[in-house]
Amino acid sequence: MIFGPEEGHFALALACVLALAQFIIPLRGAARHDRRLIAMAPLLAVSQLVALALSFFCLVWSAVHDDFSVQNVAANSSIAKPLLYKITGTWGNHEGSVLLWTLILGLCGAAVAAFGRNLPAILRARALAVLGGVSAGFQLFCLLTSDPFARVWPVPPDGQGMNPLLQDPGLAFHPPILYTGYVGFAVPFSFAVAALLEGRVDAAWGRWVRPWAVAAWCFLTCGIALGSWWSYYVLGWGGYWFWDPVENASLIPWLTGTALVHSAIVVEKREGLKIWTVLLAIATFSFSLSGTFLVRSGILNSVHAFANDPARGVFILGLLAIVIGGSLLLFAWRAPSLMAGGLFAPLSREGSLVLNNILLCSICAVVVTGTMYPPFMQLLFGKTISVGKPFFDATTIPLTLPLFGAMAIGTLLPWKRAHLRPLLRKLRFAALAATVALGVACWTLSGLLPILCAVGAVWVIAGSVTDLWVRLGVSAGSFSHSLARARSLPRSAFGAALAHIGVGVTVLGLCGMSQAQHAIVEVKPGAVETLAGYQWKLLGVHEAQGPNYHAMIADIEISRHGHVVTVMHPSKRDFASQHQTTTEVSIRTNLLWDLYTVIGDRHGSGADATYVLRLHYNPLAPWMWLGGLIMAIGGALSLSDRRLRVGAARRTAHMNEDVVSS
Amino acid sequence: MNDLTRRRLLTAIPIAGAGVLGLGFWKMLGGMGRGSFDPHAINAPILDRPLPDFTLPGLPDQGEGFGAADLRAQTAPVLLNFFASWCIPCVAEMPELRRIAARVPLWGIAYKDKPENAARFVARDGSPFTRVGLDQSGMTAIEWGVSGVPETFLILPGGKIAWHGTAEITEETFNRKIAPRMKAAR
Repeated sequence: MIFGPEEGHFALALACVLALAQFIIPLRGAARHDRRLIAMAPLLAVSQLVALALSFFCLVWSAVHDDFSVQNVAANSSIAKPLLYKITGTWGNHEGSVLLWTLILGLCGAAVAAFGRNLPAILRARALAVLGGVSAGFQLFCLLTSDPFARVWPVPPDGQGMNPLLQDPGLAFHPPILYTGYVGFAVPFSFAVAALLEGRVDAAWGRWVRPWAVAAWCFLTCGIALGSWWSYYVLGWGGYWFWDPVENASLIPWLTGTALVHSAIVVEKREGLKIWTVLLAIATFSFSLSGTFLVRSGILNSVHAFANDPARGVFILGLLAIVIGGSLLLFAWRAPSLMAGGLFAPLSREGSLVLNNILLCSICAVVVTGTMYPPFMQLLFGKTISVGKPFFDATTIPLTLPLFGAMAIGTLLPWKRAHLRPLLRKLRFAALAATVALGVACWTLSGLLPILCAVGAVWVIAGSVTDLWVRLGVSAGSFSHSLARARSLPRSAFGAALAHIGVGVTVLGLCGMSQAQHAIVEVKPGAVETLAGYQWKLLGVHEAQGPNYHAMIADIEISRHGHVVTVMHPSKRDFASQHQTTTEVSIRTNLLWDLYTVIGDRHGSGADATYVLRLHYNPLAPWMWLGGLIMAIGGALSLSDRRLRVGAARRTAHMNEDVVSS
Repeated sequence: MNDLTRRRLLTAIPIAGAGVLGLGFWKMLGGMGRGSFDPHAINAPILDRPLPDFTLPGLPDQGEGFGAADLRAQTAPVLLNFFASWCIPCVAEMPELRRIAARVPLWGIAYKDKPENAARFVARDGSPFTRVGLDQSGMTAIEWGVSGVPETFLILPGGKIAWHGTAEITEETFNRKIAPRMKAAR
């Protein structure tokens, strides 16, 4: 076999050696200004990716060909599993997901090598070296403690199969997208460390770092939204976010990453906030790393089960100490000598971005505190407590309200110094929209916080629209004039406005969901329940046999004012061979509200049988994920901006001179 | 303090914070290895603390229920036993409880049980309990840090919890663990 598990194992070991070389050689080259060594960095990054891809392909190959001599395949796959899940199942477990993680890191390195041609050679070499070092560490972790290619003897005739809950297209593609988000922040991290080694951060550095941060941010946004959507429609609890440590682990880097994307603008345009941006780049990747890996050490009590192994945890902690501790030590040593620049008045674009950073980081600090409080309370005082939704709602929402306020204002402000009067004039439309929203919200929503959040969301959307309006000069000139301006307006302006609108849409969805209604009823077929103005009638329940499960399917007719709206078929599947049941939620959406039904247990039998049903009416639920998608599209739009692709070569010539002169 | 020193101090904060967190994680991992730290523990035992507040209804034909105030009002030690009719070890524990009930007042709380089932279970061979309460939702059990049934607590006069047993008790455990604590309290 060409793509057997041994070949995969060897390729992984080879990738580890190449990554180590990628760490050492370019650093030495940069220190000695040796061109040949520096030039090896991109080559090593690409060859490391090739080895990793081969290794990963071997694992997929083993899974697809049912090679149950590989322990990982035997434990997570089976002959009867559909091909799609044989492939996606390779990253549905600890070992495979670590391999995927390193593969994506390798991909990032190769991307820097391929797309970073206009970067100064030394900076790129140092950044690649940092990426190589991180890669080598985690490949070593994979090889030593979580070997995906470990063999099992005797070879079982069939595998144990996959948790049926995980056999879902949404979850199959959730990890790669989320990991790309997490790992993508390795690139800004490597640039930050490279800049610290170099001892210089300038506008050009901001321009190089920002697209990578935006790209990672887009993926992380999509990943979080997809995970939330999955828990909404698969778990059947009707919830979408549980403030579970694993969810918080993805939210924390998203918050610092969002701050990074914004503060890097200030570095790029005004050469301000340099030290802060470098710290954010380090912090975001550090949180990504801690989040993904501390969850696996079992320290955090989470519903997401990973095989917990303290020995593995010690290795991870050591690795994190080297990567995070090392970079922060370098930060403490080199950052004080970075020159500050870019003076500005409090009321200015910079000022609003600083406020944005302060608020985002405060929210992040709150989430970190809430997540870390239980284990530290237990460690220090032996008290076990749990921190949940009430704490997070009460602490994060008051911090997001001023953030919404600043979001709409910030984009309307000029750099350096703004004047209050023109600003207020521009904000007239947003203020009007917010006032109307206040009226509508008071009428439709109950609860102070949902009303305030809804007003904030409308304010943000209206502010973003105003921003585009003003920039396109719609009110001042003719239509053709505006069209001409639209063509010349950088795409990043559209992207930023779209991303802000996405935030508003998500928040409106959250406000709507705070008004969700649900009922848990135990009924006989034929019974009618009334919820949210709808009549929900259980027509009957029938049974069906699936490929490897037995299903109980309900027919629920929903009508309003005597007219049948829809018939829904939620079902419950019993996978007897794996002692697992799953609920197949039935959802009908019209993009304004979801009707959501779940069938639970049957009590009794025959004509006396009653069924437990969960009926949900979820207003604006789809908006939560739609907003996430809009945010990501906004980010992608700003990535396609011409200015990011050209014009970054200003410092290249200068840096090459450095190499030559030494 | 000049500007550079100030910046040096500020930029050292992140590494200090990360160091503290890392040290904490190191301790936790060590504790997990030794078994002294369990992140999945739900509630700490409430040993040597005042007992938590609760009021429970009684079982059919087993008198009124009781609450924290009734336990606090006791002038002699009381043994409190969490049980359920659906729990096999509780069935096995019953004869032992009857023997122990002759030496100390024994109160019972039926955990996540249907009232009629619990009443039948208690009455079958003569109830060992002076008073019985029903915790149908299991919320009181959470307050007490009960992780399963049967579990037993020794409550000293004034409402202090002096002992917590997480397995079925026998006369031997009573003699070895509970009786000395009752004597010490006197």
